[in-house]
Amino acid sequence: MLLTLPILLPLATAIALHLLPERRTLLRVVAFAGALMILGAAAAILVRVASQGIQVLQVGSWPAPYGISLVADLFSALLVVMVGIIGVAVTASSFAGVDPRREAFGYHSLIHIVLMGVSGAFLTGDIFNMYVWFEVMLIGSFVLMSLHRTRAQLHAALTYVGLNLLASAFLLTAIGLLYGQAGTLNFADLARAWPERRTPGLDAALSMLFLTAFGIKAGLFPLFFWLPASYHTPPAAVGALLAGLLTKVGVYAMVRVFTLLFPDPAASVYTALLAMSAVTMGIGVIGALAQHDLRRVLSFNLVGHIGFTTVGLALWTPASLAGSILYVLHHMLVISTLFLVSGLFLRQRRTTDLRMLGGLYRTQPFVACLAMVPLFSLAGVPPLSGFVAKLAVVGPMLRQQHYALAAIALTVSLLTVLSMARVWEEAFWKRATDHASEPVHRRRLGGAILAPVAFLVILTVGFTVAAGPVFGLATRAAEQLLDRDGYVRAVLGEGSARAAR
Amino acid sequence: MEPLLAVVAGVLYATGLYLMLRRRLAQLIIGLGLLSNGSNILILAAAGVTRSTPPLIQDPSLPASQFADPVPQSLILTAIVIGFGVLAFALVLAHRVQRSAGSDDIDMIGPDSVTASPEQPDPA
Repeated sequence: MLLTLPILLPLATAIALHLLPERRTLLRVVAFAGALMILGAAAAILVRVASQGIQVLQVGSWPAPYGISLVADLFSALLVVMVGIIGVAVTASSFAGVDPRREAFGYHSLIHIVLMGVSGAFLTGDIFNMYVWFEVMLIGSFVLMSLHRTRAQLHAALTYVGLNLLASAFLLTAIGLLYGQAGTLNFADLARAWPERRTPGLDAALSMLFLTAFGIKAGLFPLFFWLPASYHTPPAAVGALLAGLLTKVGVYAMVRVFTLLFPDPAASVYTALLAMSAVTMGIGVIGALAQHDLRRVLSFNLVGHIGFTTVGLALWTPASLAGSILYVLHHMLVISTLFLVSGLFLRQRRTTDLRMLGGLYRTQPFVACLAMVPLFSLAGVPPLSGFVAKLAVVGPMLRQQHYALAAIALTVSLLTVLSMARVWEEAFWKRATDHASEPVHRRRLGGAILAPVAFLVILTVGFTVAAGPVFGLATRAAEQLLDRDGYVRAVLGEGSARAAR
Repeated sequence: MEPLLAVVAGVLYATGLYLMLRRRLAQLIIGLGLLSNGSNILILAAAGVTRSTPPLIQDPSLPASQFADPVPQSLILTAIVIGFGVLAFALVLAHRVQRSAGSDDIDMIGPDSVTASPEQPDPA
């Protein structure tokens, strides 16, 4: 029952938000309360998974390979907690004001629909069901992106919709072929059937199709172009929601599908993934350095850091996977914070173009210090969370003697410091431009818009303080991911996992 | 039957991808539609087309191999519904883009034209 809550709560909230009378404060409070409940349910799931192992719910009591299972292992549970955290921050930021047109068109319930789709994708134990959750979350995000009428936003939404539908078609193709080969869609059943259904040619084609589909969603190197072309246009809160959650769903799906379905570290798909991750890191940060708009800088950094999260899967050791998991958690937190920070600029100066910003340190030193934490955490400056996560990613590379890869990762980190330092310098430190001295652009930022940023910044700092326990959880989650027998046993029952070796 | 379906699916994929690479929005939408239909047919073909009886079991002693597998059809049904919804949304979006840009040529809808009014097509 507990496992259905992260899906049912946002659904119920979304429906309630449609039925309630259209009074702004009421809608905002209900949306925020819904997000808090999701966070509570997610935390309860995490506690239970951490103490009792993998939790499984057979929906409608249909036995495992026939019905749809909901499965929460540590990785899923950790990510669902992040969904709750980002949901709380994003819904809280609506108290500071939302474009009334958006609010009238179901802004709050759409946010909850996206949260539902993401939680569903994290919790499902059935690959076709995962496709369905992908579509739920996509259609929610499509509408959120296109609620506006400016040309740039419509164009961005069109790019986003087109590329994501293409990815869905690839995913559906891969699922169809997989079903034709294995005759089942349940992850555990597929993992168990792996030795029998193994046909090298089809396996290679299938894994490449999955890599393409999830690579588009995650934003990996040759497939990422839609992301910087679209993430800079929606309002900051929507950007925070999409940047924090949607690409990570692609990464999660990749980890889940590849660890269970293609457990052969020597397969060519992992070489491809390694190369793609390495190039993604480099391209992302170079793109970021060439941009002047803060939200475009962030979008490119988002792409670059996706490379850090997939590289651990390609290396395929418990330590490297733990690094990936830690990096996903850190990155979700930090990139959402930064998109919310870009909202501060939008509120005060009506722009996120770094050339137009400046002088904020003089007027609002507190905001400048607050923004410094996520900026330098993204770059990986010790002792912030990025440093911990990067250490966990680069350490295994060195131990496995992938020195070139480690060199790329560290160079990219250094360049990210440059990119983030430039953002801080331009936005806060340099003298205010003439544009900024217009009285309209001198508005002070109130508590309502700062609170969600502060909430996430505190969590980022907490991530560093609790680095030991979090790293321990990530290590256990990675071991769980590589223990396919354990997953199969948990879902299909004892005595069913013999063939999974 | 399967080779025929495989060819049909292949043609639909090829046509769909070709149309998606064209410059006009209408072609993009039609391409998406063909692509999703192609994957539906692919699921049908990949799962195997048989002459078995419908999976409504009245006599439990009959061998399971005599019955057709209902799963691929339910997958296709789900995919059709999702594809329909998504395509309808994409159509409305394309319509709005076309109205705001005054053209349905991708090249005429510049990404960096926040300030440009709909009457002035972007030179880029």
